[in-house]
Amino acid sequence: MVGTYSSAQIADWLVSGRNLFLTIHVFGVACFVYIVARRLVPLVRAQRDPRFDQPLARLGRVLKFWLGQWKHPRYNFAGILHILIFAGFILLAARAFTVLIVGVSETFVMPGLSGKSGHIYNIVTDYAATIVFLCMVVAAIRRLVFKPSRYAVPAKYGKGHTADAVFLLGLIALLMVADSLFAASDAAGHAQRGQPAETLAVLSLPWLLQVVTGSMPMATLWILNVTAYLVHEVTFYFLLCYRPFGIQFHVETSLFSIYFSKLERGTLKPVRWGVPDEHLDQVKSFGVKKFEDFTWKHMLDFYSCADCGRCADNCPANAAGRPLSPRFITIKARDYAFQHYPVLGRADNSNPLIGTIYSDDEIWSCTTCGACEEECPLLVEYIDKIVDLRRGMIDDGNVPQSLQKPLKALESRGNPYGKLEKKKADWVKSPELRQTGPVKVLDGKNGADTLYFVDSITSYDDRMQSIGRSTARILSHVGEDFGILGAAEKDSGHEVRRFGEETLFLALRDHNTDAIKASGVQRIVTADPHAYNALKHDYKDVPPVEHISQVIAREVKAGNIEFSPVENEANVYAYHDPCYLGRHNQIYDDPRDVLDAIPGLKRVEMKRSRDRSFCCGGGGLMLFYEPKEEQRMGVLRVRMAADAGANVIVTACPFCMVNIEDAIKVAGMEGKMSAIDLTELVDQHLVREGCIRAVCTGEEKLQTATCGG
Amino acid sequence: MEILVCARRVPDTSENEIEINAAGNDIERDELVYSMNEPDNYAVEEALQIRDRVGGNVTVVTVGGEDDEEILRRELAMGANRAVLISDDVFSGSDGRGIAAVLAAFVRQGHYDLILTGVQAEEGAAQVGGMLAALLDYPFASLVNSIVVEDGKLRVSREIESGNREINEIELPCVLSIQTGINEPRYVGMRGIRQVASLPIPTLGASDVGVDQAAVGGKAARAKRVDYFIPALSKGALILHRSREENAAQVLELVAAKGGLK
Repeated sequence: MVGTYSSAQIADWLVSGRNLFLTIHVFGVACFVYIVARRLVPLVRAQRDPRFDQPLARLGRVLKFWLGQWKHPRYNFAGILHILIFAGFILLAARAFTVLIVGVSETFVMPGLSGKSGHIYNIVTDYAATIVFLCMVVAAIRRLVFKPSRYAVPAKYGKGHTADAVFLLGLIALLMVADSLFAASDAAGHAQRGQPAETLAVLSLPWLLQVVTGSMPMATLWILNVTAYLVHEVTFYFLLCYRPFGIQFHVETSLFSIYFSKLERGTLKPVRWGVPDEHLDQVKSFGVKKFEDFTWKHMLDFYSCADCGRCADNCPANAAGRPLSPRFITIKARDYAFQHYPVLGRADNSNPLIGTIYSDDEIWSCTTCGACEEECPLLVEYIDKIVDLRRGMIDDGNVPQSLQKPLKALESRGNPYGKLEKKKADWVKSPELRQTGPVKVLDGKNGADTLYFVDSITSYDDRMQSIGRSTARILSHVGEDFGILGAAEKDSGHEVRRFGEETLFLALRDHNTDAIKASGVQRIVTADPHAYNALKHDYKDVPPVEHISQVIAREVKAGNIEFSPVENEANVYAYHDPCYLGRHNQIYDDPRDVLDAIPGLKRVEMKRSRDRSFCCGGGGLMLFYEPKEEQRMGVLRVRMAADAGANVIVTACPFCMVNIEDAIKVAGMEGKMSAIDLTELVDQHLVREGCIRAVCTGEEKLQTATCGG
Repeated sequence: MEILVCARRVPDTSENEIEINAAGNDIERDELVYSMNEPDNYAVEEALQIRDRVGGNVTVVTVGGEDDEEILRRELAMGANRAVLISDDVFSGSDGRGIAAVLAAFVRQGHYDLILTGVQAEEGAAQVGGMLAALLDYPFASLVNSIVVEDGKLRVSREIESGNREINEIELPCVLSIQTGINEPRYVGMRGIRQVASLPIPTLGASDVGVDQAAVGGKAARAKRVDYFIPALSKGALILHRSREENAAQVLELVAAKGGLK
């Protein structure tokens, strides 16, 4: 404080001021504690969610994603802006605390920040306050002038959020100015009295303000100083208590959100934590129907969302004009929580969520591709929530007619097409497989080391059967002792589970688990990333599973596979990362390594590749669902490949193949663009023993006797 | 309102490959999977929705065998209050009139305001609804695609040419045959069925329902199935047997040759 006036009046003012400041402190803190306690009401009533394990892993995530702001630079400009603001806030925390205490106890110094270290800290925070202030100005200009499209609020979701955002930016800017003016007027006062004063950092905001106010009369400085203090204190507590009413609540909650974030990828939460599968029949209601069916962590996610719009910006459903935006899944739930668990008044939570804040189509529109979760700086979870909402809808019988038939067929026939079980292995009867020897069906009479888990679409869809045959030929080529389950293999149930039909999924899983165990295999290979993810994450007690791209990459590296050069050198290939191979299982490099091992193959990357890959439209039951959309995701994806300069899209998933081949036709790009599965491409370029290189390309040539592998 | 829905279990046409058996008198039934006759499912859903609006009970009945309990269980899981299986060896070989006679006897034992059937069974001939109404001397409306409940009567509509609707007023009690598309039937999965696993489904025999045994069974049947056959390949029909791509190319050629493509 300026504190150099010695008149009794000033002393009296000081005492009154101290009382006023103390009152504001107590009132501000009390309000904040009360509001936060009210915000915790739904979390206390929520479903359980065990997130207290693995403290070291969780601390690691806090260091990486909270302190390290790991995801932020994915959006370069906004990301750096946020990192600067975040760093500023962290640095300023001790200073703000000191300033607050100084109002009551003038001589307070933060432990560890006296003397030289205190001086250095002051210099650093002078700059920090300046940078935060400038960031606020830049952020406000962005919001008001440049208006990045991802902040826009479509009319159906209510009015825009810009006013609130700018208001909050203004408050923080005011806080920085007040803090700086307080320091500046203090330093100016000391200087005028010839007393030792804090040297302010050159060109910082406090320094500038000291230059401006330096020659003002003492009385003015005194008023400025007290006013700055008061403005700082009021703004500080106003912000503190206002934040839990909007997006800035993440300042308080993000640390917890990230500490308690989901540690595993590709998995789904169980129907109810702590209830084993065999006791699920006793659970009265499945999934999320009303707000308190969410887990406390999922509610915390709603509070933590900063409304940055990155999820929606990356969501393929949103891009295709489906009625889904992950951002508003969260914002609507948060607003519901604020409205139904008010700070003043009684909680009212009886409403069903579907039909009030969420629509059926919104919840069915999600392909569970995971782009939103990959992007979220705060690690907000979406897939588990979507699946939980679907579980609730399934439990209420609220399922689109288009999905009821395939679900019923999965129940009675074990595949969504209603095809006969005995025809599941028909694809191996093809003449294309004669050269490589018959594919064994592991029916008790035959055994093998490796199971090729084919899954429904590759078994029954005549286009995708080609992927099955290529996979079989590759496995034969590398000398794998493998077989298939044939009629005993039911659908992996990957999408059944992600569409919320847990009971049916468990039946399929248990059936397949028994069949796999009975076959006596040591390991499993599949060419279907959805089956891969199911076997890897949803099944228990089955042998280790690999995707075929991993097998091929390993064999290439070991020198067991040799490729002939690409036939058409004009082709430019782009690899499309299937969601359940890439994002959910982090297999990005194996397929690319395989492609790059083919001599003469020209490969380009699409703008959206690897962990930012753009879903082709979804697999499994999503093929039956009739979404409301402006255009197909696949069409958008095919255009991205064309933009990258590719004319062949390579993928490694039968569902991607369906969607991309359809999209090529819908986009009118037949002849200009084609799609091929990694296994098909590898199969075409395998150099087989006893073959003349040039002869052994092209699938049809394989059928000639020269190419017996 | 007390509502009775007459339902039937049929081979699911979307999940079977229907073939004629060696004797040529029936379809091959060894590996069939069955489900609720689809129009009957819509009838049950409509009954449940009417009950939920105006109160009352929904009973689902089927004439068949032990295996048919499967669909009754599913309808209980959908929300029906009661399910009854009418099963007796003497019913074997009944024609549509015989089944209608069994159902009529069952209806007379209860007090139903409204009786719904599906518009037809997927392997049936759309006979039972009309015959049941006639045997009971109830008014009958077929192909119903909307129902509005009024005091002691219903306003029902059916679709006529070019998507137009015809509205009829019908006195209760009555029999309606329900068209698919009248509603969106709710989904029932394995979980729903398991939850009603312990509900009893009474089985009634011919004497329980008091049907005249001379009116049912093969002997009473006045319409008899005599043959099943696959139509002979006639002139002008062409079946393509090559690969998908080749077939598609040939179809294009044929259509173009006939002037279908301009």
